[in-house]
Amino acid sequence: MSKYTVNLKINEIPISVEEGTTILKAAKELDFRVPTLCYHEDLCVAGNCRVCVVEQTGSKALVAACAVPVSEGMEIHTNSAKVRSARKHIIELLLSEHNSDCTKCYKNGNCELQSLAHEYRVGDHVFADLVTGKHTIDNYSPSIIKDDSKCIRCQRCVRTCTELQSVSALAVAYKGDKQKISTFLDHPLVEVVCTNCGQCINRCPVGALIEKTYLEQVWDAINDPTKHTVVQTAPAVRVAIGEELGYDPGNRLTGKMVGALKRLGFDSVLDTDFTADLTIMEEGTELLSRLKRALVDKDPDVRIPMTTSCSPGWIKFIEHTFPEYLPNVSTCKSPQQMFGALAKTYYARKKGLKAQDIVSISIMPCTAKKYEADRPEMRSSGYKDVDYVLTTRELGDMIKQAGINFKNLPETNYDSIMGDSTGAGVIFGATGGVMEAALRTAYEIVTGREVPFDNINILPVRGMEGIREAKVKLEGCLAEWSFLEGVEVSCAIAHGLANARRLMNAVKSGKVNYHFIEVMACPGGCLGGGGQPIPTSKEIRDKRASAIYQEDENMQIRKSHENPEVKQIYEEFLGAPNGHKSHDLLHTHYTARNKY
Amino acid sequence: MADVQKIIGDAVKVHGTERKALMPILQAIVQEKNYLSDEDMISVANVLDLSSAEVFGTASFYTFLDTEERGEYVVRVCKTISCHMAGKDEVINALEKNLKIKAGETTVDKKFTLLTANCLGWCHKGPVMLVNDEVYPELTPQKAVEIIQEHKNR
Repeated sequence: MSKYTVNLKINEIPISVEEGTTILKAAKELDFRVPTLCYHEDLCVAGNCRVCVVEQTGSKALVAACAVPVSEGMEIHTNSAKVRSARKHIIELLLSEHNSDCTKCYKNGNCELQSLAHEYRVGDHVFADLVTGKHTIDNYSPSIIKDDSKCIRCQRCVRTCTELQSVSALAVAYKGDKQKISTFLDHPLVEVVCTNCGQCINRCPVGALIEKTYLEQVWDAINDPTKHTVVQTAPAVRVAIGEELGYDPGNRLTGKMVGALKRLGFDSVLDTDFTADLTIMEEGTELLSRLKRALVDKDPDVRIPMTTSCSPGWIKFIEHTFPEYLPNVSTCKSPQQMFGALAKTYYARKKGLKAQDIVSISIMPCTAKKYEADRPEMRSSGYKDVDYVLTTRELGDMIKQAGINFKNLPETNYDSIMGDSTGAGVIFGATGGVMEAALRTAYEIVTGREVPFDNINILPVRGMEGIREAKVKLEGCLAEWSFLEGVEVSCAIAHGLANARRLMNAVKSGKVNYHFIEVMACPGGCLGGGGQPIPTSKEIRDKRASAIYQEDENMQIRKSHENPEVKQIYEEFLGAPNGHKSHDLLHTHYTARNKY
Repeated sequence: MADVQKIIGDAVKVHGTERKALMPILQAIVQEKNYLSDEDMISVANVLDLSSAEVFGTASFYTFLDTEERGEYVVRVCKTISCHMAGKDEVINALEKNLKIKAGETTVDKKFTLLTANCLGWCHKGPVMLVNDEVYPELTPQKAVEIIQEHKNR
């Protein structure tokens, strides 16, 4: 960025900003909010919705504040009569092509167009209503509903799918009044390369892209006296649920959230962090055994680097995009699915329940988890391992519907069994967290010592850089692992599928050599997931990340292999990591998929 | 049948595999076989490492990049106001009657597709139609049918 400053006036107030700053950002510095719809700070500028128009003295046409950079001597008016009139008409025109049945819309109360219509007090049918009733609603995906009657064609979803995720399941098709956001040949999302990551949902300003909700099914299960409801909560939910309930971003609300879940009527409130720890045991063992097969046995069939498998968006992405690398993906199920499989086997047995009487529910920061739970492979217990997946947003809805005063709730502990967790489990919610948790455990298994980082915080794997690398040298290995003596374990981390694609292309080209790769489909990892509160921005992701790491530091146990319930489940039920029973319940396989 | 893989391969030799090669490659396919099939769009997407949705988005934007099967001869009659006033309806009626199809349809023998088009820029000499890339201005219903008849005999 250039260091030249530009002087201008916004609403008669002088301001100096760096050259290249947009009018929108300059106005923000003076605390003037200019309304936007197509603009999103995570995405490139589109400038198509026009609601951010402002008046520039001397220019006949209004200019789009999001797209126009400041220039010397510019005089901008963000709220002149001309601006107000144009903006109001633009909103009214958008509404004329928008299904404005707001009270029945899922986004009612959290819709950017609705807020603007309210703010500008738009008139009643100033323009003819052009919503024809011929729009398609794609309801086939277990994760995402796409309703074209609500779309304002701002293309945030298209830019999200292309720039952040490099999936491009959505594109702009046709033109003029026929223009629409479309998949390939307008196929349902479930039939194309869509990874169900839900980043588009997180950025849709209206209700055109929403999650498929299972709220009523979950209420039915809670209210059914013959069913035993088991709920698990993902690591990233506890640091974001507050945003749905009136807290600022970055609050850790684990205890209150558990209390709320109990008041909602779940029979057992347990923690996905428990199976995150279990994942580390299984995945760490798998990595070490792959390394042994590669280094000692010289097995030509073993595939290195091994990649993580916790992110269902990443799994669907690699199935479509790099199917030749599926043998590199860890066979471990995600913590959600490990939990589901154990809930209807181990937990059921311990509690004296029948699997068919258990309804297993998960609260996830993720929409892809809904698809994952529906996969045919995910029925290891003989039943659907996870019956319903709710997003952080849906949990917020449940708490509001139940009339629970969240802020006054006491801190409550998770139930046992499968409620114990460690700091290693909780950092699964941040990019780099699985890597850090795995290194904490694997290093100790191999050397008998803690990882050589201050307070076991492996800082090189943390942060928000799109692709990060770290190397950990194994020295002083125990006799059993002597073949790893002196080996420098080379790791890479990517978050956001565009970064994942870059990383995989580098791996494919042979320019880089890693042993272990962590990929999270969403920017920032699960804390920035598609099921998290809206809005999500860089600043909010940073706050959630620091909350996750605080949570880790405050845990008494911070290494997965020291989780007492994890030790117990191996003694009582599973045997050893990667053992026979583990393979039946905790591991899976993948399917190569079409490239459109 | 046109060998689409060969068309794509030849076009790539000229235009490369960057994003900007998309339009000329699509045009090359349409030049040869008059339309882009679903498989053609997937093939182009694979060669250029683009998503198929993006290829479809581009193709669907341009009227002349058809994504539905078309006949050997694509007849496009201008439907815009000058040609309308000069009698394009009569021309279309005559063509529909002669070809035994409605505008938007393709003959059973896959020889002709009859379409309407937005302004072709021949307002001073309407009504006008295109048969593939050839322009036929100052039509009468009878002239239009004769032109079609001549193509039938080609």
